[in-house]
Amino acid sequence: MIDFELEPQILSRLQMFHAVSEHMMRPISRDCDEHEHTKPTQFYESMWSASAAADIQVGNDRSKKADGGAAAAPRRANLMTVLSTEELCWGDAGLYLSTPNSGLGGAAVMAAGTPEQKERFLKRFKEGKPKWGAMAITEPSFGSDSSQVTTTATRDGDHWVINGTKIFCTAGEMAAEKSEGFVVVWATVDKSAGRPGIKPFVVEHNTAGMTVARVENKLGIRASDTAALIFDNCRIPLDALLGSAEVRKEGGFKDVMATFDATRPIVAAMAIGVGRAALDFVRDFLEQQDVAVRYGISPRRLTAVERDFMEMEVQLQAARLLTWRAAWMLDTGKRNSLEASMAKAKAGLAVTLITQKAVELLGPLGYSRKILVEKWMRDAKINDIFEGTQQINMIIIARRILNYSSKELN
Amino acid sequence: MIDFELSEEQQMIRDSVGAFAREKIRPAARPADESGAIPAALVSEAWQFGFVSGAIPEKFGGGGDTRSAVTGAIVAEELGFGDISIGLHVLAPRLFAFPIVEMGTDDQRAKYLKRFAGADFAAATAAVMEPRFDYDLSAQHVSAKRDGAGYVLNGGKCYVPLAAESDSMLIYATTDASKGYAGVDGFIVPRTTAGVTISEREKNMGLKALATYELTLKDCHVGADARLGGDKGIDFSRLMCESRVAFAAMGVGVMNAAFEYARDYAKERKAFGVPIATKQAIAFILADMAIEIDAARLLVWEAAYELDKGRDALKASYLAKNYVANSALKVTDNGVQVLGGHGYIREHPVEMWLRNARGFSAIEGIATV
Ligand SMILES: Cc1cc2nc3c(=O)[nH]c(=O)nc-3n(C[C@H](O)[C@H](O)[C@H](O)COP(=O)(O)OP(=O)(O)OC[C@H]3O[C@@H](n4cnc5c(N)ncnc54)[C@H](O)[C@@H]3O)c2cc1C
Ligand SMILES: Cc1cc2nc3c(=O)[nH]c(=O)nc-3n(C[C@H](O)[C@H](O)[C@H](O)COP(=O)(O)OP(=O)(O)OC[C@H]3O[C@@H](n4cnc5c(N)ncnc54)[C@H](O)[C@@H]3O)c2cc1C
Repeated sequence: MIDFELEPQILSRLQMFHAVSEHMMRPISRDCDEHEHTKPTQFYESMWSASAAADIQVGNDRSKKADGGAAAAPRRANLMTVLSTEELCWGDAGLYLSTPNSGLGGAAVMAAGTPEQKERFLKRFKEGKPKWGAMAITEPSFGSDSSQVTTTATRDGDHWVINGTKIFCTAGEMAAEKSEGFVVVWATVDKSAGRPGIKPFVVEHNTAGMTVARVENKLGIRASDTAALIFDNCRIPLDALLGSAEVRKEGGFKDVMATFDATRPIVAAMAIGVGRAALDFVRDFLEQQDVAVRYGISPRRLTAVERDFMEMEVQLQAARLLTWRAAWMLDTGKRNSLEASMAKAKAGLAVTLITQKAVELLGPLGYSRKILVEKWMRDAKINDIFEGTQQINMIIIARRILNYSSKELN
Repeated sequence: MIDFELSEEQQMIRDSVGAFAREKIRPAARPADESGAIPAALVSEAWQFGFVSGAIPEKFGGGGDTRSAVTGAIVAEELGFGDISIGLHVLAPRLFAFPIVEMGTDDQRAKYLKRFAGADFAAATAAVMEPRFDYDLSAQHVSAKRDGAGYVLNGGKCYVPLAAESDSMLIYATTDASKGYAGVDGFIVPRTTAGVTISEREKNMGLKALATYELTLKDCHVGADARLGGDKGIDFSRLMCESRVAFAAMGVGVMNAAFEYARDYAKERKAFGVPIATKQAIAFILADMAIEIDAARLLVWEAAYELDKGRDALKASYLAKNYVANSALKVTDNGVQVLGGHGYIREHPVEMWLRNARGFSAIEGIATV
């Protein structure tokens, strides 16, 4: 039965996330942007203990399996994740990405690991000091076309030996060197096999042969480190391979794609959080300036500012509803590749435009670094790039609606 | 609790109305657009669905269904998918009957609702729009002034569907100009009332199969019992929210029609040795159409949901309708574009959908859920 209501328990949980945004993120937002590689360790500590104490799960630590105990209650995990992600990215998208947790690395373990591996690799995120997980697939020679992995994993006795270069690895520095975390590295065990030969390997922090070559300087989300990693005869145990070593059509690479169905709505929600931050700011600003936004009047009597504001508002809501739908589909066990890409493509582009418009609407103030709106415009852009660019998501949507294979449309 | 699934009943309604729209309405759309006439048999067949009579209370012979704006939006979308002009014609009696069901006095219900419970299409309508560039729903220039025991109406209306064949119409007029929406009332006016002049049929860019008229009201006297809801009056803002939701939902149907047609064409049509759909320039247009349809539908459903919860849906319905007005134009324009020169030719329906879609930003108040 069609329903757009969030139940009170969810709303009160969201208030908690909102408080984190307001009191822990916003106050350090500008500073982290201006001092790109300085780590807000206090923030990490607080987030780490908050997530342990208050059960605030930040990021992608979601169990894909319905837990038996709560079998009667409808599953809400993915919906809750996109809702909390929006709330936290309302605070700061860069800090959200830099929050200590298993991150995309954890998502890969959840998607491709055995139960034993999940236990072994993920347990650490519930204990001890702050830790990060990361995932590295992108290489200097490719991004969108992730079938082009050139990093190799070669069997040598009781070990896999990894060689290659990965770039743009979110939280790569924290996961590889600055905490007891890990990086899930995608490498090919058989170049001639193409996609099925590409496998995920968990490389533990400070493993000999893995080095952080560089941390990028970026347009936005500067609080999040984006690292280049070099693997030079990096030896890891055999059981660091997630899932099976067997090269078949299913599994392996398909699992990356499966992860995207879950993570794309989250990136859409990130965008929506940033967009809402900008929208809220503009709304308050217009109120202070006594500029009314008159819903319900003749469209031909609207001022340009009203029109722009309403357009921002409705575009954001459209993206949000698409995102909720994609998450709801996951929660209800429906295949959502099409809807996940729709949400991501819509949110990525809409929020890019919303935040650009926000800077414009505020005039000289909008362009000033005195306030955060210009930063949100810079932050927003990443959501139209990672986890599948706008164009890649459009291709996925087009294939689905046209019933074309990747050979027929690419 | 967030849920995007239709109820079983809604799914059934969607399937049956959808099939009727596809198999019966769509084939009639082009001839109706060209001739301006909708076959009576088709209207009659549509009437059997009970789009109007279903919501008439049982004691007046109707189905007594509880109205749901969400279900109404689903029906409106399917009819819009078939053909919006025919859909608007078929649903026009709602414009008169539903406000009476929802906000009329007992006497008004008893007097007017029975005729919509019968087996035959009963034409009826409402007059909302006025012919002004900055026409505003909340600032009706048609006025209703107290005059002895009754009211006297003056002013002009336009885009009044089926005015010439309706026995009675509901005319919205300002009783208190200082109150915006709250200062607008509805008046039940027989077509033959002195002072009511109905123009020649309007000639419009689109919606050509829908007969619409201008209305001139000159010192048109009606009794106090003509005021909808009696002394209590009405919630005109809510009625207009219902109208926006209905019209916007039909817009989603129009978009979907253009999308399907263009998608299928693009898979068939070859250029440079391959189907044009295999080119990103076309595939991305189609993907964008698909996103916009889903986005628009969800916005419409959300506004409808607010109505069903009895809440003020002004903002949600206004934003959803404006969203549809923009996206329907873009999507139908893309429909023409994907077909290239053939899209420009009246052999294909896409140019008709583009003309029809242009109406969403100009017109208000000609449908309801
Ligand atoms: C801040 C940041 C964090 C990141 N984090 C991670 C991470 O944690 N792990 C990780 O593995 N990667 C990460 N990435 C990499 C990210 O996923 C890639 O940048 C992204 O997939 C795009 O790849 P690319 O940059 O190589 O662009 P390219 O693939 O070179 O694309 C360039 C342009 O061409 C377009 N394009 C490409 N192919 C097609 C096509 N077939 N049709 C039409 N257009 C096409 C793209 O849309 C884009 O506009 C991150 C990137 C950034 C910037
Ligand atoms: C009113 C009118 C007058 C005309 N007058 C003349 C005339 O006097 N003389 C004459 O010879 N012709 C005339 N034409 C024909 C006109 O030039 C063609 O309609 C036009 O070239 C497009 O071709 P098409 O209609 O076959 O579309 P198609 O070529 O079938 O194209 C369909 C769609 O696919 C797109 N498309 C095609 N190829 C590609 C590609 N490789 N990559 C991406 N997208 C692609 C197109 O942009 C279009 O959106 C006229 C057409 C009209 C409508």
